[in-house]
Amino acid sequence: MKYLDEFGNPVLAKRLVEQIHAATTRPWAMMEVCGGQTHSIIRHGIDQLLPDGVEMIHGPGCPVCVTPLEIIDKALAIAAEPGVIFCSFGDMLRVPGSGQDLFGVKSAGGDVRVVYSPLDALKIARENPDRQVVFFGIGFETTAPANAMTVYQAKRLGVTNFSLLVSHVLVPPAIAAIMESPACRVQAFLAAGHVCSVMGIREYPPLAARYGVPIVVTGFEPLDILEGIRRTVVQLEAGRHDVENAYPRAVRDEGNPAAMAMLQDVFEVTDRTWRGIGMIPGSGWRLSSRYREFDAERRFAVTGIQTNESPLCRSGEVLQGLIKPHECAAFGKQCTPRNPLGATMVSAEGACAAYYAYRRLDLVQLS
Amino acid sequence: MCLAVPGRIVSIAEADGVPMAEVDFGGVRKDVCLQYVPDATAGEYVVVHVGFAIQVLDEESARQTLANFEKMGILEEEFGEVPR
Ligand code: SF4
Repeated sequence: MKYLDEFGNPVLAKRLVEQIHAATTRPWAMMEVCGGQTHSIIRHGIDQLLPDGVEMIHGPGCPVCVTPLEIIDKALAIAAEPGVIFCSFGDMLRVPGSGQDLFGVKSAGGDVRVVYSPLDALKIARENPDRQVVFFGIGFETTAPANAMTVYQAKRLGVTNFSLLVSHVLVPPAIAAIMESPACRVQAFLAAGHVCSVMGIREYPPLAARYGVPIVVTGFEPLDILEGIRRTVVQLEAGRHDVENAYPRAVRDEGNPAAMAMLQDVFEVTDRTWRGIGMIPGSGWRLSSRYREFDAERRFAVTGIQTNESPLCRSGEVLQGLIKPHECAAFGKQCTPRNPLGATMVSAEGACAAYYAYRRLDLVQLS
Repeated sequence: MCLAVPGRIVSIAEADGVPMAEVDFGGVRKDVCLQYVPDATAGEYVVVHVGFAIQVLDEESARQTLANFEKMGILEEEFGEVPR
């Protein structure tokens, strides 16, 4: 499929940039919700190609970054229990808890394993029937179907030594929370393409109407992002606030019905605290009553957790788009990817880590 | 970790009652669960995230998007202005 390569086509990219410039008459501030898009924007310098005054505000769509500190601390406590095999996606291992991180637990002798897919964790559970195997089930709507299917399989196959530490978060309630904030400067959203591959786009028209913001479903290749920005600017200039799908090759309006049916069965909506932001009503999923026996929080009664966030870290403001990472005094000094003070410095999708990887030298020259 | 990547289905087989595929990502091959794209066939491209295909890539839409990009550029060159 030749077209996959063509989405990196620099000639077309240049044309799209020219179109954006030609369409822009005023300053606009738009938010890309997804951390994968933030990474791509900073890595390719897309924000620096935009007309003066067109600003990309980096949103809270990095699941690693917003996983609440209390859940990280619970993960650390469970992973340290004797006999437990704690499985996780790799980027959770350096996320700082109140005291240490999962790497610390591992080097102190804990059995912490990095897996590619939650199904790998289920496999480990079947191979080790005398051990408790826990998977750290975080992520947005993109990741939830994988975790849901794994729990469904555990139940179907009768794997009783497997459980899920669940901290799923949902995009639409976060968009509402951002718009409700008094400090909000966001005038439009690039919605996260792969979230919509699963969920479709039906949740967005009410948000676009209620807050008067264009919402353009956008992919991750540089061309996709430029096209999302172009369509957003055209809408803003015309005073429109519609939902558009600029990523139809991977997003159908109705989403993925099979995945949504599984999500409906395995999860139910709950209030969720977002690290750095606070509680957002109805913004998460937890296991439904049918699957509660697989809830690691119930299986391991972890109590007495006292959370303690670094006083230097301003990741909450970064995640809400109120400051850019380098405006944090600790950026690149006390806080680096090797020694992160906040979760936004850990994941490749965290804004602080993206700025550190691709902008650090420019920023030093500027100051 | 929210990124999903496109890959080509090489072969499909069932495991534990679930359709699984070998998927090629530009040379790297991985096992991918096809539960959510039950109609996908070998040779098709799927968007894969943490070992699960979440959507079949629509070749026709991709072509159309690229054709639109091309057209915008051509219009601009021919008429010396940008369609809004
Ligand atoms: S640079 Fe580090 S300390 Fe500052 S906001 Fe980002 S993660 Fe927190």
